[in-house]
Amino acid sequence: MTTTPAQDVQPKTRGQRFTGAAANYIDERTSISGLVKEVGRKIFPDHWSFMLGEVALYSFIVILLSGTFLTFFFEASMVEVHYEGSYAPLKGIEMSAAMASTLDISFDIRGGLLMRQIHHWAALLFVASIGLHMLRVYFTGAFRKPREINWFIGFVLFVLAMAEGFTGYSLPDDLLSGNGLRIIDGMVKGIPVIGTWISYLLFGGEFPGVDIVSRLYILHIMLLPAIIIAAIGIHMLLLVINKHTQFAGPGRTNDNVVGSPVMPGFAAKAGGFFFIIFGVITLIASTFSINPVWVYGPYDPSPVSAGTQPDWYIGFADGALRLVPPGWETEWFGFTWSFNIIAPLVILGLFIAIVAFYPFIEAWVTGDKREHHIADRPRNAPTRTAIGAAGVTFYAVLWAAASSDLIATHFKLSIEGVIHSCQALLIFGPIIAYFLTKRVCIGLQKKDREIALHGYESGRIVRLPHGEYIEVHEQLDDYELWKLVSYDDYKPLMVRPDAQGRITVGQKFRASVSRWFFEDRIAPVSQKEIEQSKDEHH
Amino acid sequence: MATKAARASRRSQPVGRRHPLATVALLLVGLLGTGGAYALFTSSATAETSASAEALVEEGGKLFAANCATCHGLDLEGTTQAPTLIGVGAAATDFQVGTGRMPLAISGPQAEQKPVQFTEEQIQALAVYVASQGPGPAIPADMYLTGEGYDVSNGAELFRINCAMCHNVAGAGGALTEGKFAPALADVTAKHAYEAMLTGPQNMPVFNDTNLTPEEKADIITYLKYLDETPSVGGFTLGSLGPVSEGLFIWIFGLGAIVAITVWLTAKSN
Repeated sequence: MTTTPAQDVQPKTRGQRFTGAAANYIDERTSISGLVKEVGRKIFPDHWSFMLGEVALYSFIVILLSGTFLTFFFEASMVEVHYEGSYAPLKGIEMSAAMASTLDISFDIRGGLLMRQIHHWAALLFVASIGLHMLRVYFTGAFRKPREINWFIGFVLFVLAMAEGFTGYSLPDDLLSGNGLRIIDGMVKGIPVIGTWISYLLFGGEFPGVDIVSRLYILHIMLLPAIIIAAIGIHMLLLVINKHTQFAGPGRTNDNVVGSPVMPGFAAKAGGFFFIIFGVITLIASTFSINPVWVYGPYDPSPVSAGTQPDWYIGFADGALRLVPPGWETEWFGFTWSFNIIAPLVILGLFIAIVAFYPFIEAWVTGDKREHHIADRPRNAPTRTAIGAAGVTFYAVLWAAASSDLIATHFKLSIEGVIHSCQALLIFGPIIAYFLTKRVCIGLQKKDREIALHGYESGRIVRLPHGEYIEVHEQLDDYELWKLVSYDDYKPLMVRPDAQGRITVGQKFRASVSRWFFEDRIAPVSQKEIEQSKDEHH
Repeated sequence: MATKAARASRRSQPVGRRHPLATVALLLVGLLGTGGAYALFTSSATAETSASAEALVEEGGKLFAANCATCHGLDLEGTTQAPTLIGVGAAATDFQVGTGRMPLAISGPQAEQKPVQFTEEQIQALAVYVASQGPGPAIPADMYLTGEGYDVSNGAELFRINCAMCHNVAGAGGALTEGKFAPALADVTAKHAYEAMLTGPQNMPVFNDTNLTPEEKADIITYLKYLDETPSVGGFTLGSLGPVSEGLFIWIFGLGAIVAITVWLTAKSN
């Protein structure tokens, strides 16, 4: 707020005096001013992709609010009851109290169905926005020092969100959720040695037992949300401590953040954004049906519906199971080894571990100990972008494989054809995506370099007095030029003898990985080159 | 003598039931009675139906020879292209022809529905003709096809246990092997649904009357009718395909809309 000396001499109004006194009262008892000063002056750069994490946060709040409503009416018990509610095709059918109360929420409690649908759609949006947020952070290199730990916490949040989603999906005890649990049970039992024990421990005996719903309920409404809230707290604290990254631009350096502060503008904007998210979710929930448990009916271990799938974020695991070729079960030493389960578990475990530890892996490869606060343009880190594209392809193929039956029916293909194509794509897709992306990135870098040095083609043809035709190349202004030339350049690490004069195997390995990363690279345009090209053109 | 003769003649001329013509009269009455009763019961009406049944069979035979015999054989004996139809009954014929699956448009993993090629009368003629060549399941009685007065919750449960594996719990259809599929069940007529259960067309198993009684089949039909006629309480169903369509929807339209909003929000200040 700008104040003029004239206003200073004016006596304060009653409102101002009250605000001052109240602020003072609170500050003297909590010392909160330091925190407000720190958080209130946190700067948010203006770029749409920086708001994706906010979307996740706000949809989580919507989940908390709608979920609290649902806990008032949901009965987490597998006691057998006969349904006597409003839905005619289930009248008199035996089901668990969990299923019956879910039906009551849907048909007999005012606003219950809307709340259920808000809760479920918000959950889908929550995980989807986390996914997109992670992709943004990855492809702009925003996970580099000092943000590696925050990447890891964000990854943990992603896993927890999936766990929340899956436990929630299992609670209504309808046919779909029971089928989902059966698959989990099968996967757990496929783990050598401990699998059967864990399954019996989890379900309190033979599947499905009578305990699983109440156990998952405790996880779903207490333990997992508590961990998520704590992790979000740390995630946001680190966000304030590390400050935001920003894209390169005029006045934006590695040492500052250009944008709007939390107080007052951004906070108001963010509050409005929360209600926009809430509104979009409510609009979807009031218009589109989600998980109509009454159609699925109560869980019964015998029926499995066609088109039984998990919610989208578990789809990649379902797809992995579908893509295992037949006949991978074998018997060794009198024990059954279910490699059709073990292989997907190991492969998915590796994939997830690479995602979790990627920042540390890249830091080790580059040997870069500097702090990075300028977000990379994806093209300026071709190998990282290519690895990301390969990972996205891998995930996408698994994800698509989870809907192999629907792809077959809707595109009039045979399901075997779909499965075999996915199997081939799972292996070759990432490789193709890697090379294609890397070449595209390097091509774009070359184009940037060309534009930086020689300007862009203006399309204006000029005939010189002596008859020669030339096309006029327009030079970029300094602001645009800055965006094209300011990025970090890495060279492959050289193998050097250490203090004892030895070259270790580890060093050699690191050098070879580094060479793989940075062998093909386009160096940023240097000041000297720009001056040289200016001289040529003038 | 005279009296003796008279007595004898009186003796030789008995009256009443001992009259010599009594047997003849009795035979006559018996013959007339049975003949008359026979004539009465097998009246000209029966003669007409048998004539029209014959005409139907004849018409069906002609239609069959023209449209079906190429693959199924002139005597329904089947060829390498198609199975025999002896014993499939009227129900199977009515289903296959009545839903447009037969005559087959193209060989493929399975016969697909197409616009029905024959009139109701022609379909009936074909069904009667096929049934006349060998006994098989008949077209179901109307009492099972009303979709009213039967147990909808029992039908729903039977549907989940017996049908949902292939047709999906909401009857949205599903994939089978080698390009075959279980079709969606929305707007399938009660008669065709019943006939399908009874005869097991193509890859579908047969649910005969000991497996699912006619009343149970009627329960299932009642549930299918309920699904058709009851609007979705939760809003648009996205094809009733479950989590796949929900996931696609949230990524494309949900997150798509939100990303558009973020672009709009940040574009203003630039």
